[in-house]
Amino acid sequence: MSSRLSILYDTIRWEEKALFDAAKTKGVDAKMVDCKNLFVNLDKSKEDFGTVIQRCVSYYRSLHSTAALEGKGVNVINSLNTSIFAGNKLFTHMLLVKHGIPTPFSAVAFSEDAALGLLEKRGYPMVLKPTIGSWGRMIALLKDHDSAQGIMETRERMYPIYQVYYLEEFVNRPPRDIRAIMIEDRVVAAIYRYSGDGQWKTNMALGGRAEECKITKELEDVCVKAKNAVQGQIVGIDLMESKEKGLVVHEINNTTEYKNTVRVTGVDIPALMIDYAIKSRK
Amino acid sequence: MKCPECDANINPPKDSMEGEIITCPDCGASFELTKGSSGFELKPAQTVGEDWGQ
Repeated sequence: MSSRLSILYDTIRWEEKALFDAAKTKGVDAKMVDCKNLFVNLDKSKEDFGTVIQRCVSYYRSLHSTAALEGKGVNVINSLNTSIFAGNKLFTHMLLVKHGIPTPFSAVAFSEDAALGLLEKRGYPMVLKPTIGSWGRMIALLKDHDSAQGIMETRERMYPIYQVYYLEEFVNRPPRDIRAIMIEDRVVAAIYRYSGDGQWKTNMALGGRAEECKITKELEDVCVKAKNAVQGQIVGIDLMESKEKGLVVHEINNTTEYKNTVRVTGVDIPALMIDYAIKSRK
Repeated sequence: MKCPECDANINPPKDSMEGEIITCPDCGASFELTKGSSGFELKPAQTVGEDWGQ
């Protein structure tokens, strides 16, 4: 079988190599496309990419290349809508709330003073997150007024996105979260991510460790709803096990990493992604 | 090939691809593999961007 498929990247990680290898193994005519070398005429001319699996690690490069290609009629996985919704924690949160999907309490303030006022009213601790960002960067656990003020003063001198103060409750949970990989309407694999030594964040990029997580009906039901809320096709859904609320979704990743999930579960996620991409051709 | 930073030997794995990031085993500097006229060449890799992630 021969099909046209492009893997759009800006950095080749294990994930991108595994995707390309899976395509080769299946006899799929796939090519690697370096987004850094890409230029796109923004008109109605035809593009010859086939289906594109979007894998750029840069948020802005990913978002804008998806917009350009999808706008010209190219089938991009995930879509522009998913990139917009899942790429921003506040946008994701509002969609989760709208669809009745359990998610941690969150609030937003648009100045340092308003954020400090919110914290005084709501109480400490809370978690301050950039609305756009990943790998646990710039996420701060605010334990008291002085630390909150110090962190916010620093953010006041940064790019304006950091003056959108998105605050999330510090969820009472075991020292782990769950990463579930969804392809179409199925959780194909899931892992627990445990915090690394001296860390409260569970990101693998910060030295956390992974264990297989059993896929229950409850987990799958929540994940399907969350994926649909952001119009996703292939996404990584992050959940916490709140002692009060049960499973809560706190993040959806539209260019999800899955190396550790494959390593721990043995599920051939790249092969399943290629199968889905071929099936979804328009 | 030689590390441009410390001159140590860098041997990319056989299955390396253009665009892949490799790290010098001696000095830890990261490089992107690019295709040159005589095989792979090394280009300093972009450090992690502010908007990088998943």
